[in-house]
Amino acid sequence: MIEVRELTKSYGAKVVIDRLSFTVLPGHVTGFLGPNGSGKSTTMRVIVGLDHPDSGTATIGGKRYAELSRPLRTVGALLDAESAHPGRSAFNHLLYLAQSQGLPRSRVDEVLELVGLKDVGRDRTGTFSLGMRQRLGIAVALLGDPQVLILDEPINGLDPDGIFWIRNLMRQLAGEGRTVLVSSHLMSEMAVTADSLIVIGRGQLIADCSTSEFIGRSSHRSVLVRSSDPVRLRTALDAAGAQVVPGEDGAVSVRALDARHIGEIAARDGIVLWELSPQLASLEDAFREMTHGHRDFGSPTGPTADAKRQPETHVVAAAGAGAGATR
Amino acid sequence: MTATLAPGPSGTTTGADAAGLLRSEWTKLRSLRSTVWSLLLLVAVTIGFTALFTGLTVAQWDQLDPAQTAQVVADPGRMALGAGFQLGQLAVCVLGVLVMAGEYSSGTIRASLLAVPRRTPMLAAKTVVFAMLIFIVGELTAWPTFFLGAAILHSRAPVSIADPGVLRAVIGAGLYLAVLAVFAIAIGALVRHTAGAITGIIGLVLVLSPLAQLLPGSIGKHIHTYLPSEAGSLIASPRQGANDMLGPWQGFGVFCAETAVLVAAATILLKRRDA
Repeated sequence: MIEVRELTKSYGAKVVIDRLSFTVLPGHVTGFLGPNGSGKSTTMRVIVGLDHPDSGTATIGGKRYAELSRPLRTVGALLDAESAHPGRSAFNHLLYLAQSQGLPRSRVDEVLELVGLKDVGRDRTGTFSLGMRQRLGIAVALLGDPQVLILDEPINGLDPDGIFWIRNLMRQLAGEGRTVLVSSHLMSEMAVTADSLIVIGRGQLIADCSTSEFIGRSSHRSVLVRSSDPVRLRTALDAAGAQVVPGEDGAVSVRALDARHIGEIAARDGIVLWELSPQLASLEDAFREMTHGHRDFGSPTGPTADAKRQPETHVVAAAGAGAGATR
Repeated sequence: MTATLAPGPSGTTTGADAAGLLRSEWTKLRSLRSTVWSLLLLVAVTIGFTALFTGLTVAQWDQLDPAQTAQVVADPGRMALGAGFQLGQLAVCVLGVLVMAGEYSSGTIRASLLAVPRRTPMLAAKTVVFAMLIFIVGELTAWPTFFLGAAILHSRAPVSIADPGVLRAVIGAGLYLAVLAVFAIAIGALVRHTAGAITGIIGLVLVLSPLAQLLPGSIGKHIHTYLPSEAGSLIASPRQGANDMLGPWQGFGVFCAETAVLVAAATILLKRRDA
């Protein structure tokens, strides 16, 4: 279990993590989402003790990372692919890490085989492709057979086979009761991999809930309707306060009214419905909607941290009074 | 599938933590080509330059300034060892910086600190392993260097390993390089950028010394005496020269103290800074 409490971290005047609190439970794949620059990587680096927080705590199974003896046996982390010396072989990179944890040499061969690098284990990592370096990073994370895995953008640079492999691996690890925290900027990937989500923007928590709940919370939910008389149906739905957007082939997309009410209105007016299907917002839509105003890109230069934080209060409130509200 | 992930034999602990860390740092050190090349350079440059300088001195003996020849006669051991080590020591400086700052430039430091999050034990293990390696290679260099230099100088300025101070100087050459190795690691840890750290240490070891000698009067003399490489290398000189203000062990003590201060600063910063 990973527990982050009131974590705050600034680089100079820039607040990167702002009183962030969340808990990552074992047995799930927990997705960690946020726009670029929202503080995901920094949060992960603080959890594993590479960066020091200004205040707040991050603990793993109740202990700070630095308090763990032989930490790689408890926590496996993949932070970025560039953490091996290009002049050292993959085998020796893993070997020195294994020796520092009192792990036998045979474990190095095991993880090299597990990540599919057995044949190139003696090659220097400088000759590796990004995908191979990523696999090496995953080998490092798995080296100590840890109960907790922290993976920052693990599918970066992987080919489709590799993505399929890592997705199954994460699900398998979580299925064994391990704690898996994985960040990604690919919403589609998180939608199929993550059971629950932690969403942050500008270092603050936006949502902490199951993936389906997060998608469901989005106002982008709509219902696709095909009928025998689209014109009359539209008039009736407008009157009921729905937003109706014409689609292809006479279909309409209806918002602000659920399928049950649409069906009832159609029955009342004697309109035949050929199709009535609720459309779930994609995770991407939900993410963009909820992080709107949390983006650091293109924000005018120079606003103070306080001024930046102002609009987010509304967004958090709009996200509902669920687990997402930080204050 | 669980079988592939199960701990199996990895669940068993092999060796104590300190021993594991030392083994780990040894693996890091031996698995990079720069280590092998730097050490070969140390041996070759040191022996080569001693042969060159003593050879030229003997060949030109009659044309040399009498004051110069008198200096060689007074302490031929210093000539035999010093001629080569003056340049050879740079290999230790560069390698020491690479061993530490190279972790930062390659990103390996993140993997290393994830494995040893308390950080200090990693720096300690690295320092011990590297210093021991340099001491061994330093001795393996010092002995042939001395005997080669002594053989070449024999006709003009005979010196024997049994002469006063000579044995201490030959062993001292390795000791000096070992402490210099620690000094270089500390500089690498403080500066963290390979190029900057190499420039810094070469400035300290090679450039500052002649500059300090240009300073007027006793200030210059004092600064020159206490420069790390000047004070430290006194232990590799068999006899105390007329211009040496410190004895061999005093000089070595000064160098050790200066190195200890750098190591302390490096340790504090390593613990405090984000990696």
